Amino acid sequence: MLKSIIALALIGCFAVPAMADEDSERAAHWQELQQAFFGDRTVQPGEGTVSLDAPMRALDASLVPVSIVTAPDSKVTGLYLVIDDNPGPLAAYVTYGPRGDPGLLTLRVRVNQYTLMHAVAETAGGRLIGSERFVKAAGGCSAPVGANEAQSLAEIGRMKLRISGPVEADKPVLAQLMIRHPNFNGMQMNQLTRLYTPMRIVKTVDITLNGEPVLSLDGDISLATDPVIGFRFVPRPDSLPAKLHVVVRDSDNAVFEQSFDVPASGS
Amino acid sequence: MLHRRHAMFHTFLGGLCLCCLPSVARATSFALKEVAPGIHVRRGVDEEASPGNADAIANAGFIVGSRSVLVFDPGGSLADGAALRALIREQTGLPISHVVMSHVHPDHVFGAGAFAADQPAFVGHARLPASLAARGDYYKERLEEILGPGKAGPVVMPTVTVAETMEIDLGGRLVRLTAHGIAHTDNDLSLLDSATGTLFCGDLLFVGRVPSLDGSVLGWQTELDRLKSLAAARAVPGHGPEQVAWPAGAADLERYLRTLVQETRQAVKDNIGIEAAVETVAAGERGRWTLFDAYNGRNVTQAYKELEWE
Repeated sequence: MLKSIIALALIGCFAVPAMADEDSERAAHWQELQQAFFGDRTVQPGEGTVSLDAPMRALDASLVPVSIVTAPDSKVTGLYLVIDDNPGPLAAYVTYGPRGDPGLLTLRVRVNQYTLMHAVAETAGGRLIGSERFVKAAGGCSAPVGANEAQSLAEIGRMKLRISGPVEADKPVLAQLMIRHPNFNGMQMNQLTRLYTPMRIVKTVDITLNGEPVLSLDGDISLATDPVIGFRFVPRPDSLPAKLHVVVRDSDNAVFEQSFDVPASGS
Repeated sequence: MLHRRHAMFHTFLGGLCLCCLPSVARATSFALKEVAPGIHVRRGVDEEASPGNADAIANAGFIVGSRSVLVFDPGGSLADGAALRALIREQTGLPISHVVMSHVHPDHVFGAGAFAADQPAFVGHARLPASLAARGDYYKERLEEILGPGKAGPVVMPTVTVAETMEIDLGGRLVRLTAHGIAHTDNDLSLLDSATGTLFCGDLLFVGRVPSLDGSVLGWQTELDRLKSLAAARAVPGHGPEQVAWPAGAADLERYLRTLVQETRQAVKDNIGIEAAVETVAAGERGRWTLFDAYNGRNVTQAYKELEWE
């Protein structure tokens, strides 16, 4: 399903004018994208339910930090991050399992040109609720490969998990998963060979807690080198200390897995 | 439109140091300064690249031996390189045997085309060809968005590369090039003229103009220590005055890098996200550097993504 969405989006994106700088053009493009991603379902504005934060002017277009906050009890089951004018506008699609908490999601993305960005939350009742931001950044997708990407390729699949704040049963725990992966998007050209560095991107990230799903992320070419995902999980009572397990699959069918110990606070 | 292009251009290049000058005329109005016998430096202006300054924003210099001339950084555009070449010809008619490109950034390489007729050895770090291959055309396009079509100059590949060190005899004058580990970029070269104790640092040394980080902050500290250990009385920075006392002239850069490392590590430790860290890390350095706000946030981003993996 998501694959077909991404395929549609890719087709859609190449039809986009290089510089859609009129508000009406941007709005029309978002209409097209909604049609591609969600068909006849409409996305309702809902700043109260979902909010998107990103720097108005990005310092580094190849690493733009983005955060999505959803209201408690809004029964969000999935989140879409759309970067309207990127080639491949659907940057990420996240679905939550019983151990996941959609209250906060942070990602780092590439931004190719001045663009609207949309966060769309899907609720258990099937509603789609969105909010948008305008981001000034350019060149993030085709920015040449640097020393960082070389390092990233050398350590591909290495992961780190950082947990901040207390870890208590039945309460959301804030965590950050870091994945070494160059996420080559196929748009970075080697001028000597005139060849593009072949695309190699993180396709899926599945996180479970003691075997129960926390979240699944479908990535695309817009995730920055060394993807970093900030998220929340909720330990069951009597389940601490727990094991958080991560499985990353990339477009070369490489699979990277790692387990992390989650100690209870104070233990 | 022009305004927007400028804004976009700076975003494109981020910290990659395509700095500036208002007009070729003004660029060349900087008098050549002889910092030591036979060693001349043309100061770059502390601005971003603009049509007015022809990207003559980095320092460019040359060393005259008894047989030939070596250029250390040929200028930031074809016009800037041509202006530099004219300045050289006012000083000496000796052949220009070597053009050293200190690293990949546009303000340090695009003048090289102006020296093609001299058929010099174009000298760069062993990693420069790969970096120029990856970025050269991209930089050229971005620079021409500012300067105008055809105004950047060709991407000139090095014909001689340095993997560790190399000595060059200019006739009664031996200079030594050193290829550095990943620091300001992954392809930084420095040059030491032992006879006068003059050290050309390229962008391993910024003075006054805020440093830009495009390699490794920890590596930069290491390589700066290495430069400080060299027997040099003066250094020529990549940006800043024609010369500073050495190693005293490294003090501001050292303090900036140390602050960047310490405060970024603290932000990572305190789970302060990258979006908040760019606002706070090294904020105490604002006011001590020109163009601080154009580069510091990006430097923090670079440092953060390096140090968060420690």
